[in-house]
Amino acid sequence: MQQPAVGSGTGLDGARERWVPTGGIELCVAELGDPARPTVMLVHGYPDSKEVWSEVARGLADRFHVVLYDVRGCGRSTAPQPLRGGFTLEKLTDDFLAVADAVSPDRPVHVVGHDWGSVQAWEFATVRRTEGRIASFTSLSGPSLDHFGHWIKKRMARPTPRRAAQLLNQSAKSWYVYLLHTPVLPELAWKGPLGTRWPKILQRVEKVPGGDYPTASLPTDAAHGAWLYRDNVLPRLRRPRTDAYAHCPVQLITPTGDAFLSQRLYDDLEQWAPQLVRRTLPAKHWVPRTRPDQLVSWIGEFVTAKEEGDPAKRVVASGPHADRFGGQLVLVTGAAGGIGRATAFAFAEAGARIIAVDRDAEGAARTAEMSRLIGAPAAWAEVADVSDEAAMEKLADKVDAEYGTVDVLVNNAGIGLSGAFLQTSAEDWKKVLDVNLWGVIHGCRIFGKRMADRGQGGHIVNIASAAAFQPSRVLPAYSTSKAAVLMLSECLRAELAGQGIGVSAICPGLVNTGITTTARFTGVSADEEKRRQAKAARMYGLRNYPPEKVADAILRAVVRNQAVVPVTPEARGAHLMSRFAPRALRALARFEPRL
Amino acid sequence: MASVTSATSPRAGELPAGLRGFREVQRLAYACAEAVAAQLRPGITERAAARMQREWLRERGVRDWFHLPFAWFGDRTAFVNFRVPLQFFPTHRELEPGMPFILDMAPIHRGYTADIGYSGCLGLNPVHDRLLADLEAHRELILREVRERRPLREIYEDVDRLMARQGYANRHRAYPFGVIAHKVDRVRQRRWSPTLFGFGTQSLKGLASDALHGHRDGWSPLWSPYTFSDHPPQPGLWAVEPHLGFRGTGAKFEEILVVTDSKDPQESAFWLDDDLPHVRRWQEEKTA
Repeated sequence: MQQPAVGSGTGLDGARERWVPTGGIELCVAELGDPARPTVMLVHGYPDSKEVWSEVARGLADRFHVVLYDVRGCGRSTAPQPLRGGFTLEKLTDDFLAVADAVSPDRPVHVVGHDWGSVQAWEFATVRRTEGRIASFTSLSGPSLDHFGHWIKKRMARPTPRRAAQLLNQSAKSWYVYLLHTPVLPELAWKGPLGTRWPKILQRVEKVPGGDYPTASLPTDAAHGAWLYRDNVLPRLRRPRTDAYAHCPVQLITPTGDAFLSQRLYDDLEQWAPQLVRRTLPAKHWVPRTRPDQLVSWIGEFVTAKEEGDPAKRVVASGPHADRFGGQLVLVTGAAGGIGRATAFAFAEAGARIIAVDRDAEGAARTAEMSRLIGAPAAWAEVADVSDEAAMEKLADKVDAEYGTVDVLVNNAGIGLSGAFLQTSAEDWKKVLDVNLWGVIHGCRIFGKRMADRGQGGHIVNIASAAAFQPSRVLPAYSTSKAAVLMLSECLRAELAGQGIGVSAICPGLVNTGITTTARFTGVSADEEKRRQAKAARMYGLRNYPPEKVADAILRAVVRNQAVVPVTPEARGAHLMSRFAPRALRALARFEPRL
Repeated sequence: MASVTSATSPRAGELPAGLRGFREVQRLAYACAEAVAAQLRPGITERAAARMQREWLRERGVRDWFHLPFAWFGDRTAFVNFRVPLQFFPTHRELEPGMPFILDMAPIHRGYTADIGYSGCLGLNPVHDRLLADLEAHRELILREVRERRPLREIYEDVDRLMARQGYANRHRAYPFGVIAHKVDRVRQRRWSPTLFGFGTQSLKGLASDALHGHRDGWSPLWSPYTFSDHPPQPGLWAVEPHLGFRGTGAKFEEILVVTDSKDPQESAFWLDDDLPHVRRWQEEKTA
């Protein structure tokens, strides 16, 4: 038997370790943070040990009492003898209660489970004997076997085409479950080639960064853990409990790219968990390693809300896509009006934190203020000219230091310029390219770099224009700048795809914003320019396509990670024509609208 | 009468009899709005609220209407997805805690017309508070520019720009002809005063005759963003109703602006009454 020790060679620096006896075995428990604070217990999955949580634990430790333990048979905990029948959910519940009693005897704990940790925690959260011991439960990529059993039964009993497809889809994703039921072979594989190659496989397939994980105990962890499946899956799926109702609030975090679990598994979850908060995360299965910051933010927010005990307090904002953007940091340039402002508001309604950037300090401040009123937990206004590289660098440093790394960047700032090519001076060209193109380049380069360096994904939205694929004799400079933005976005999308960073180019079309009143018209007198601005504004006003709809399209583009999004019907028409009838579009380009 | 803003009429204390009649009916209408707003509870429908206004005013002698009382609850205060005028009519939408509401009525009493809008909220709603506070700038802007005798269409555009700067959508654009204001006048009392699509036929007749005369002289009784409003303010009484919308929350006020042909800018235009709920509210906020 191993002796208790302070500190360890694991990835949990500064953790206090102890052993908790339960049912003849010893569990290795690690604690971080102040024990007087609310206890957050992190339960790992298969084939992991508690070190899978090291990043998340570090992030939570300054606010909470963080407790991790190696599940029986994993990491430095001892394994039951014999293995068969030693891993039932009942015994795992005993373990949980033993640890909870040891680390937080007087107060209920907040449980967070990933993969098998979540499967276990669903058991904890739904059986009677743990009632009052759990304050909240955050579930990551691990359904309740009982709910799963009912899910299958429902689909088998009345297999509509859609339900049959869902069933087939999940059965295909569960291939490893069947394999793990074969005797001896999985153990041999894990102790042999699979065990040595596993870290590489994780890095390649799941984009899990290297470092302190997985630990050296992986082959034995995985071999022992196979009994989790053998002891529980078939009995539970055959005869799921009918009383598996959660007795605590549940936060469900669903990674959208999970290779092992279908998102549809949680369709009916409200009926089992009355106080359910849903979150979605564009990531693969191992989110505790790949998206620790986002998890820290959501777990922290949920636990704090439950601790404050205000049932009326909404954890999730009311707007569309709040499950996806809640608590994220969104930076919008050109946020003092038009599409930028509407986009900031749409993200604010989804519960994101907003940084409104504009040259117009008053307008940006107003956007930030209104954002806070409609759901943003925090919003700030920053003054910067996107075409000024030094100013953007300074802004990025400030954002990094004060608010954190940007999750979504919206490069929206832009200016209009109209006039024939031969009447457009070099000065005019420079101005429009500085803002429309260089502004986007600076944004992508400076903020995109920080996003990539963090290695936890993100999204960049560049506002191009329908003019990017629709040639016109009256907008040569503007169209050129926007076409460049479109191509820049497509190239960047290819480059950043491997790092989980999406890039979308939005091509709005004629939208009723202030761009018309500030647009320059070359080769005409000041009076004539003013008249044309007014006329253009009136025309856009008559078209009256609201910027709010563009903002909705932007949020949708981020959620779906769309590459190019034409928004208004005319933009969609032009986009279609640019592909199938480019000659017609060229003919249209010769038309000179009377302004 | 309390003098609260620069908008106070110079002749507030000595209104001619005609204007006094208008002011009385406007006060009656606001009293009705406040009385009905105080009775609103969760679960009440727009129709019930409209009926309460109608009955309250009927009991106090109102027999004819410029238009029948309206009530809008929740996102209908911002005219979300309003396309056809029929959507203005009260529906079975129920009031919920925290929901904004607007009561809008135009009673005719002893031949005098009022047209008022009252914005309120059932409980706390910080967005709604903000909208109401921001309406003050519009009241000041409209009066200032009317006194400067700027063309109505330009004033409209300035109101529009101010709304855009504040981050709001212009919701009076959803009104018939996109009007921000319309003329009101005395209405002859008849024993039988039918309504047509919610509008009193007597008032419609007045509006039509104004439109006819105005057409000859180059002005319009409707204050809209279109070229027919490209003229300086026409003397008379204008019911002005700037209406702000912000993502599912709307707020407006509506009250009468008196425009005269006086050369003195102070007397050339003034709000008929400054002792109104929204004005009192701004005043209280300032003193607090």
